Amino acid sequence: MSAATGAPPAGAPARVPTAWRLGWLRVVVELKQFFRDRESAVFNFLLPVILLAIFGAVFGSTTLEPTTITLAQYFVAGMIASGILYTSFQNLAIAIPLEREDGTLKRLQGTPMPKLAYFIGKFGMVLVAYVAQVFILIVVGRIFFDIHVPAGGQWFTFVWASVLGLVSCTLLGLAFSVVPKRGRGAAAIVTPIVLVLQFTSGVFFAFNQLPGWMQTFASIFPLKWLTQAMRSAFLPPEAAALEVTGSYELGRCALILGAWCIAALVLALVFFRWNRRDES
Amino acid sequence: MADAAIEVRGLARSYGSVRAVRGVDLDVGYGECFAMLGPNGAGKTTTVEILEGYRRRDAGEVRVLDVDPAHGDARWRARLGIVLQQVRDLSDLTVQESVRHFAAYYPTPRPEDEVIEAVGLAEKRAARVSALSGGQRRRLDVALGIIGSPDLLFLDEPTTGFDPQARRDFWELIDSLKQSGTTILLTTHYLEEAEALADRLAVIADGEVVACDVPAGLGGRSRGTAVVSWAENGATRREETDEPTRVVQQLASRFAGEVPELAVSRPTLEDTYLTLIGEAASHAAGAEAER
Repeated sequence: MSAATGAPPAGAPARVPTAWRLGWLRVVVELKQFFRDRESAVFNFLLPVILLAIFGAVFGSTTLEPTTITLAQYFVAGMIASGILYTSFQNLAIAIPLEREDGTLKRLQGTPMPKLAYFIGKFGMVLVAYVAQVFILIVVGRIFFDIHVPAGGQWFTFVWASVLGLVSCTLLGLAFSVVPKRGRGAAAIVTPIVLVLQFTSGVFFAFNQLPGWMQTFASIFPLKWLTQAMRSAFLPPEAAALEVTGSYELGRCALILGAWCIAALVLALVFFRWNRRDES
Repeated sequence: MADAAIEVRGLARSYGSVRAVRGVDLDVGYGECFAMLGPNGAGKTTTVEILEGYRRRDAGEVRVLDVDPAHGDARWRARLGIVLQQVRDLSDLTVQESVRHFAAYYPTPRPEDEVIEAVGLAEKRAARVSALSGGQRRRLDVALGIIGSPDLLFLDEPTTGFDPQARRDFWELIDSLKQSGTTILLTTHYLEEAEALADRLAVIADGEVVACDVPAGLGGRSRGTAVVSWAENGATRREETDEPTRVVQQLASRFAGEVPELAVSRPTLEDTYLTLIGEAASHAAGAEAER
C-alpha cells in the first residue's frame, strides 16, 4: 500500500512578511484588544486618572513644607511614573499569562510570524497607551490642580525617563509573565507588587517623609527613580528642596534605570516562555 | 523531494516515566486525508504536536513537507495550517479583523472574504469572536488554519462538542478542502468522523499504531467473519461464516425465493475499533504484570 496519492505541490515562492511590517500590524491588534477589554482598559489605563481625581480632591491643597508645592502636584508626577508601571509591567505581567493559557501564543507560534513581531506589538501598544495616559493626566492635572507643565530641559528629562522606564518595565513584564501559574491568578500576584512599590517609592506619600528603611528598600527598584525624575520634570525648581538629598540626582536616576533596562533584558531573554509549563 | 507529505519512523516521547508515544511509524501522501483515531491519552496530540513543531521528541525520524519540524523555519510554517485543540483567544476582535490579521502573516494568503464565506461565517463577519457559538468559533479556527493556503492542514479534534448537524456541516467544509488538494491530518475520537472524511486511518492506542488501513479494511474487517441472519419458523437464525455468499445462495435455493428478514453484516468500524484498542489495553496490562 503506497502512501503517495499525489504529487508534492510546486515549491512555494515563500517570501515571508518581515517582522517590522507585521510588528506594526501587531501594535494595531494589541491596541484594539487592550482598549476593548474593559478590565484591562480600566485597570491599566484609567486607574491613574481615577486615583489622581480622588487624591487630588482629598489632599489637593495640602502644601509640602518648606515649599508651596501642593500634594496634588507632587502626586501628578508620581502618577505619571506609575502610569509607566501600569501600562507596561502590570499590563503585560497579567495579560501574557492569559495569552499563554487561552492559546494566543500557541496559535501565533504555529504561523510564520517572526517572534520579534510579537514583541514589537507589545512595545508599541505600551508606548501608545502610555502617551495617551500621560496626555490625559497632564490635562487633568493642569485644569484641576494647577500642575507645572515641563519647560525647556524638563521635557528632555521627561522623555528620557519615560523611555528608560518603558523599556525596563516592559521587559520586566515579559520576564515576570512566567511567574503566575494560572492566567486567572495573575492579577492577584502582580497588583500587590505594584501597590507596594507605589507606597514605598513616593507616589502616594512624599518620599522624604518615609522611614529610612523604606527609602532604602524602594531604592532597589526602578519606580523610585522614575518618580524622582518625573518630579524634576513636572515640579518647579524650588521643589528640589523636598528631595532627600536636596537634589533630583538625575545622573543617578538615568544610571540606575539604564542598569534596570539591561538586567530586565537579560531576565526576559532567560525566562520568557511561549509554551505553558506542561507543553514542550 | 520526498514523495510523502509526512514521514515518521520510530517516533518516541516520554513525560517522566510515562511513555506517551512509543515507536510510531506513519506515512501520509500528498493530497491525502489521513485520520488518527484513538482514546484520550493514547498519544495522538503528542504525536501531532511533534509534527507541528510544538513539542520535542526523544527519538525517531520525522519529516513534514520534507523538513524536520524541530528545525522548521518561517517558510516551512507558511506552508502549514494548524487548527489546535481548545483555543479561546482573539475574543475582543471581530471575525473579519482576525482573518485579515492572520492573512498578513502569510506570503500567499487566500482572499479573506472567500475564506470567511467558505467556513460559513459571512453573516458573522462583523461579530466579536467572544459572541460566537462553539461551532462558529471552530469554523473561525479553520478559517485561520486555511487562510495561508496551506499545503498541509492539521486538524486536532476539530468537532469535539459539536451537535450532529454542526458536525455534518463541518464535514462538508473539510470535504471541500480535500477536493482542492490540501493534505489533511485529522485527529479525532469520533469513528464516524474518521470514516466519513479519511482516505486512510491509523488507530493509536497506548502510544502505538495498532492498525493502519483504509476505513473499510481496518483490522481486516473487509475479510473477517460475516454474520448471515434470517427468520425461520418464527425465530431469528444466525450463522457466522467466512463465505456469506455461499450461505445466501443455499438459503435462496432452500426458500425458493425471498428469504425472510435476510441480512448480511460485517463488524462495524466501531466493533473493530473497540477490539483493536481493547487488545492494546490488555496487552499493556499484561506487559505491566510481567514487570
